[in-house]
This record gives sequence, C-alpha cells and structure tokens, in this order.
Amino acid sequence: MTQPLIFEISRPGRCAAVLPALDVPPTELPDTLVRDDLPLPEVSEADLVRHYTRLSQKNYAVDIGYYPLGSCTMKYNPKINEEMARLPGFARLHPYQDAYIVQGALFLMYHLQEFLKEIGGFAAVSLQPAAGAHGELTGVLMMRAYHLDRGEDGRDVILVPDSAHGTNPATTTMSGLRVVEIPSDARGNVDMAALKAACEEHGDRLVGMMLTNPNTLGLFDENVGEIAELVHGVGGLLYGDGANMNALLGIARPGDLGFDVLHYNLHKTFSAPHGGGGPGSGPVGASERLAEFLPAPVVAVDPEESDEESLFYTFVDPLKSIGRVKAFYGHFGVMVRAYAYIRMLGAEGLRRVAEYAVLNANYLKERVKDTYPVPYDRICMHEFVCEGRLAGAPDVHALDVSKRLIDYGFHPPTNYFPLIVPEALMIEPTETESKDTLDAFADALLRIAEEARTEPDLLHEAPYTAPVRRLDEVRAAKDLILRWEPD
Amino acid sequence: MLAAIGVRSIEELFEDVPEHVLFPALALPPALSEMEVRWEMEMLAGANLTAADGPCFLGAGAYQHFVPAVVDTVLRRGEFYTAYTPYQPEISQGTLQAMFEYQTMICDLTGMEVSNASHYDGATATAEAVIAAINIQRMKRRKVVVSPFVHPEYRAVVRTYTQGMGLTVVGDDGAAADVVSLLDEGTACLIVQYPDFLGRIEDLSDLAKAAHAVGVLLVVVTDPVALGLLKPPGAFGADIVVGEGQGMGAGLNFGGPYLGFFATRKEFVRKMAGRLVGQTNDQEGNRGFVLTLSTREQHIRREKASSNICTNQGLVALAAAVYMAALGKCGMRQVAELCYHKAHYAQQRTLEISGFSAIDDRPFFKEFAVRCPRPVQEINDYLLDEWGIIGGYDLGRDYPDLKDHMLLCVTEMNPREDIDALVEALQEVAL
Repeated sequence: MTQPLIFEISRPGRCAAVLPALDVPPTELPDTLVRDDLPLPEVSEADLVRHYTRLSQKNYAVDIGYYPLGSCTMKYNPKINEEMARLPGFARLHPYQDAYIVQGALFLMYHLQEFLKEIGGFAAVSLQPAAGAHGELTGVLMMRAYHLDRGEDGRDVILVPDSAHGTNPATTTMSGLRVVEIPSDARGNVDMAALKAACEEHGDRLVGMMLTNPNTLGLFDENVGEIAELVHGVGGLLYGDGANMNALLGIARPGDLGFDVLHYNLHKTFSAPHGGGGPGSGPVGASERLAEFLPAPVVAVDPEESDEESLFYTFVDPLKSIGRVKAFYGHFGVMVRAYAYIRMLGAEGLRRVAEYAVLNANYLKERVKDTYPVPYDRICMHEFVCEGRLAGAPDVHALDVSKRLIDYGFHPPTNYFPLIVPEALMIEPTETESKDTLDAFADALLRIAEEARTEPDLLHEAPYTAPVRRLDEVRAAKDLILRWEPD
Repeated sequence: MLAAIGVRSIEELFEDVPEHVLFPALALPPALSEMEVRWEMEMLAGANLTAADGPCFLGAGAYQHFVPAVVDTVLRRGEFYTAYTPYQPEISQGTLQAMFEYQTMICDLTGMEVSNASHYDGATATAEAVIAAINIQRMKRRKVVVSPFVHPEYRAVVRTYTQGMGLTVVGDDGAAADVVSLLDEGTACLIVQYPDFLGRIEDLSDLAKAAHAVGVLLVVVTDPVALGLLKPPGAFGADIVVGEGQGMGAGLNFGGPYLGFFATRKEFVRKMAGRLVGQTNDQEGNRGFVLTLSTREQHIRREKASSNICTNQGLVALAAAVYMAALGKCGMRQVAELCYHKAHYAQQRTLEISGFSAIDDRPFFKEFAVRCPRPVQEINDYLLDEWGIIGGYDLGRDYPDLKDHMLLCVTEMNPREDIDALVEALQEVAL
C-alpha cells in the first residue's frame, strides 16, 4: 500500500510540538526581513509517528535480515553502542566548551586514536573525516602536501587499480591530480608489469598509489610488499582504502604492509550503523613521515597540564596540517560507538572478527561457485565476487538474480562492481552471520539459478513480495521530480 | 565449514599474507563485558560538564535547540538506523520517501527549487558549493570571494578542499571594506552567511544584484532554524543555499554527526553533488522513489564525478525531516520567534551593564557580539566557576579586531531565569 506523503496528510492548524510561552518582553520584529509564508506540513503527533513507523516498515535493515553487500560490511550493530552514544554526558556536549570540562570526551577520542594507531600500525590518527570518501580526500591531500613540502611540485599522478572503488578516482580529481589506471592480472592482483611500467613512465610525477587490500575482488594482493617498494622507489606514497579493513583486524597491519596513509570506516569495520546512508566516520591513520600533515585538530596529551596522577587532554594542530576537513572534530557520536565496540572485543575479539569474516566468505564461495562462476577462484578474504550469468539462462542478468533474492528475504549483493567482472555479484557475509544464515542464503541462490533456467521470467519480474514492484529508474531521471508540489 | 573449504585451520586462510606481518599481537586493553563497558562509558560521560548541567550561551555554529521525543523515537527504529544506502529501491521505500520529503522541506525552508539528500556538515556543504559554482562557471572563473563573517571553520574547510584546484580565495582577510568591491569577471561565486557568524541579518537583495551583474553566483550559508522567521535566501536571489542543519533535531554531540544541507536552482541540478531522490512509478503504476541522476556520482562517473561523496548524513537528515514535520508551519516560526525575543532581551540587559557594549546596531537573530571589559576567557572562567554558566564564544580566536568580544547565543532552551542569572553574573564581572 502506498503511504501518502507527509504533505498529503497535513491539515491546517495541526502541530506535533508544544513549545513554552514567551517569558521575556518581546522585541519588535525586523519587518522587512520576516518571511510571508512557511509552507511546512501541519500534522498531529500521532499522525506523525504513524507516518514514520509505516515508512520504516518499507525498509530492509540489518535488524531484519542478512545483507551480503560486498565492500559495505553490513555487520550487526550492537545495541549497547546506541545507548552509549546517547548518554547526556556525550550527547549534550557543545564542541566549543573549554577543554577542562570535556576531559571525558577527549579521553575517549585520544584513546580511540591510540586504538586505531595500534590496529592499523600507524604513527598517528585523525578522527576528523566524516566518511570513507572524506578520509580518502584527506589522505590524498596529505600525500600532495608532503611532496609540496619537499619542494617537489611537479608530482600530479595517482595510480589507481582498475578494480578500485569509484571514490578513488573521484578523490584524485577533486584533489587536482590525475588518474593513471593500472590493470589487474589473471590472479586478480595488481599487474606488476604494468605497475613497473607506470612507475618508470611517471616516476618523478608520481604522488602515489591508491590501493585497496584485500582488493574489491576480496583477494589479498600477495605482491603488496613489492608494490610498496616500487611506489616508494620512485618517491611515491601508498594510500590504503580501508573499506576492507574487516579482513585485516588482528591479521595484518596496513602500516606494516607498507601503507603510508589509510582511512578506516567506523561504520563498516567498527560496527557503527549505516543509518540508511550515513552518518559514517572515516578516521585517517598516517605513517611517521605523513603524521604532521594530518587535518587539524587532533587530540594530544598536554604535558604542561598533566601530572603523574592524571593526564590532561587537549586539541592540537599538527605542524604542517593540510587544514581542517570539516567543522569541529569529526563524528563524535560515531566515535563513541566504535570505542565501545573495540573495548568489548579487545585484541583477541578483533582478530576473531576478521577470522570469522574470512571463514564465512570462503564457505559461502564454496557453496555457490559451481553454479555462479568465480572468475578469480582462490582463497578469498572477507568477500568474493562471482558472476550473475548462469549456464542455460542467457537472458538472466545479475540484476535479476539480485531482485529475486528480495523475494527470498535477503538483501541483494553489490551488483556490477567491481567493473572488471562481467555481471558481478559481490558478496560479503561479515562475521556476524551464522552458518544457518549462510546456508539459507546459498540455498536461495542455488534455487534462483534453477528458476533462471526453468522460469526466467520469474526473475525478470521480481521482486513480488517487496512493498513496491520494480521501479522505473529511467523515468525518474528523465522526468526529474525531486520534490513534492501542491496540486 | 573448514572441510567444505578444504583447509585444516582458519590460519590457513591467510596464506597470502606475508608471514613477517601476520597475526600481530595488538596492544589493546582487555575485552570488557557489556556491563563493564557501560560503567566505563558512564564514567567518561560523567567526567564532562554539559549544556544540560547549567545555563549555556555557546553557539557559533552548534546550537542547543529542543528536540521533541518523536525525533529519537523514529531514529531508534532499527528499520531506519540499521538500513543501508537505498540503492535497492524496492526494499528502501521508507528511507527514500523520507528523503524525498526532506528535500521538499529544505526547498520550502530555503526558498530554492532543488535540494540534495545531505552533505557531511555545513562546512563541507559550503566547500561543495564552491566546487559546484566553479563547474557551473565551466572552470573559467577561478576566484572565490568569501565574506569574513562566514563561519571561520567553514572558510578553513573551503581552503582545504580547494587547495589542489588552483583557485584564489579572497575577501575574508579584512583588507577589503566591502566584499562587493572584489567581484569581477573572474569571480565564480560570492559566499556570505545569513545570519552571519556574529548573528547579524540583512537584506541580501542588493548583494545578489551586484553579484549577478558581473555573472557571479551568490552562495548563502544559513541557519535553517532562523528561516522559521526570516525571509529565505531564495527570496533574495541566492543561487546556492547551504548550511548546518544540526539545530533541527541532531543535538550537540560534541560537534558531530551534524547535517550539511545543499539547495539550488533547478538549472544547476546536474552540478550539485551528493545523492538525490526522485519520484517515479513501479511497473504496476504505483508511486515510488529512487536515487536518481547517479550519473553525476563517483560510483558511475569515477574520475569525472562532480564530487567523491558517497556516504552522507542519511539518519541526521531523517532527524531533520521528522523535526521539520513535527514542528511544522507553526512550530518552526514559534521556535524562531522565541530565539529572537530571548536573544534581544539578553542583549538589551547585557548592554545595560557598564563596560559591555555592542559592536553595531544592526539587526540580529539569536546571537550577538558584545565588547567586554575583561578578556573573554577570564569572564567565562568566572561564569563557570562561580555560577555554573557556560559562557559565550571568544571572538578574538578568529578576529584580531574583536579581541575581548564575546558571541552570546540565546535559544528557546534558555528560560528567563538563565538569562537573568547571566546578566547578574556579568555585572559581577564588570565590577
């Protein structure tokens, strides 16, 4: 059933909020600056709550079922974290309060920086970036600033593998730099011959390389050490896209693998919820030589104000900072959730996260790979990519398989990415799913493959059980209705 | 499961990882149970003094506004906060419809034609406005003029974002008496804030005309709570309206997550970054909503995208939507009027104290700057230590000319007793 828009249930005179009466003498309003009309909805509280509750029921969510979304790490979001983020001692702090009355918050931020340094193997961390792509922008601007600081202003090339997330090339352009794409080899790794050639060709123009490891095929690039050597050898830096960090917790530290800078996704790896698209949080870790370029400010111990009994935390600006990348200090509310998560798991728990994530992915791959071809079939990390084109069903596409999965109660996997796999279905189970769930999901995929052969139209028309049928996306882009208009 | 994979141990799954870095011993504190984590977090939260513990007059871009209970009731629904980005529209209609409604209300509030589904915060939305303006001007105009009374941190973020783009950002060093004098044929956009960082409001029509006369786009950074009362920037001729939506349901949260909103004219929609929800039909003709114009975005266009933004502030935008719908036509106006009258009462009472004076007599909304008889830090220390009051923002941090000037913010959350207490405390300071 279609839920009316909030504007369509609006009736003159209704209001869902009761505000206090004015308790001071009024001042004359600045007439020429007062608006004539404020066309906002007028609804009662009961109507409002029902409206949003009904809307919520049209969503799929982690609390409802399983998301095999590759590169998105849709793990379960522990409920304690939500409560902790709402403690008034955190939620009602103004960002400009003096440091000495926000020591609890600064303690949390300082120690989260320390945890992330330790987990990633970096010399310093800034919590300021708001999301993964924002962390990328931060990291690439830091690499650029590093070269400029050394007087090397001719460097403007960033190497990006063809399997990379779209944010990598987009970030490069935003930073005023140029993308040179590096192909993948037959094993799904970076093609070393192509990389060598690119390093030779662009050597003194190279800012660095952006690498996701494990890459978007879910494969650990075995040549990562050699890649780092090649890039470093011509004066470049190695950027790590931390979207796939869930595979590395307690397994290997990007800093030890030769990465100079990396963003973490607190909303993927560290269990903060995705919120229907955000907010995320994309802290950036940096090696010794890049630490002083981190965005300002970071939390540090103030030696002047500290004594043996207690440390005093304060904000400081790194020496050669690229500047601030957002107002204030980052998504503190998301940091609280990540801090609670790391505290509850400890070192062993974090390693178990990665181990089970990788175990689940490999198990699922084994269960489906005879039906859904896996073009790069080797032991994978936390995710794998198979093809959604099926033997005996030439007209069925990855999209059809995905939409049919909805009828089986699952969220579809990531489709058509990475671009180097035709009809890609990118599957990331995460560690929080049980074998029962994985089996049910694999069974559904196999049954759908059978349907694809016997009743392909069933797939073309799917889903049948969702709140709406397949939506006309072409029409949406053509007619472009981006807001409600009164009749 | 190991047998199905064909390995003997979990460790074997990591054979591709170089052995010398494998399985590092992480030096992290030992794991805690849920109960212990709660104790630790409550202890940390309790070590802070908050705006809930006493009167607070800090604003400067982060505001205490009342959040009706319905907002968090909606946000705590797992169907909303544990959902993914609505790339699969058939099972994301809740998020998509709520965002479509959000976009509509942002348009109505700002007086603009189209709004995206959010940016990270007011500062990054401002930086994205600059990038949009440069693209709208086909990269031919490389100068950005910014008023000194745009939030200092927003100006800093604009500079950070654009450091690799070869732009000139001018106007906020205090050298020019009037930003209009800096506009020319090489200028892409002019950025002003309304109410400005010092809380002041003015008719922007002449500014818009002056900008448009030389082909310059007017970008207005605004406070949506003020727009419950004030003429929207769209009515003055603004081309892009951005700002911080935190005041609408997000709470203070020590600076984030907040909400960047971005609205513009329909003709510029393809230059606007960020996700966008559009209306369409399903195959049975029912109304439905999808993410649209994704060909502007990084996952499709890669290095040619209008921005690298991917994750946005979905849940905070939902909070703003619920807030706008809950307060609605009457409530939004009422909140804005409460802020206006209380701030003016506070200003009048403060200016009666000897030693405190106004910097000018321009109209203002909920914040005002006062010249103080002593350094602001000293005054704030006194307010807190003796009265338990969190005082104002020290403008000397950003404006050398405004040393010993305090920016005070008064909202509906400050009852008259708080304001009277502040005035009494300031009287003691002045002695």
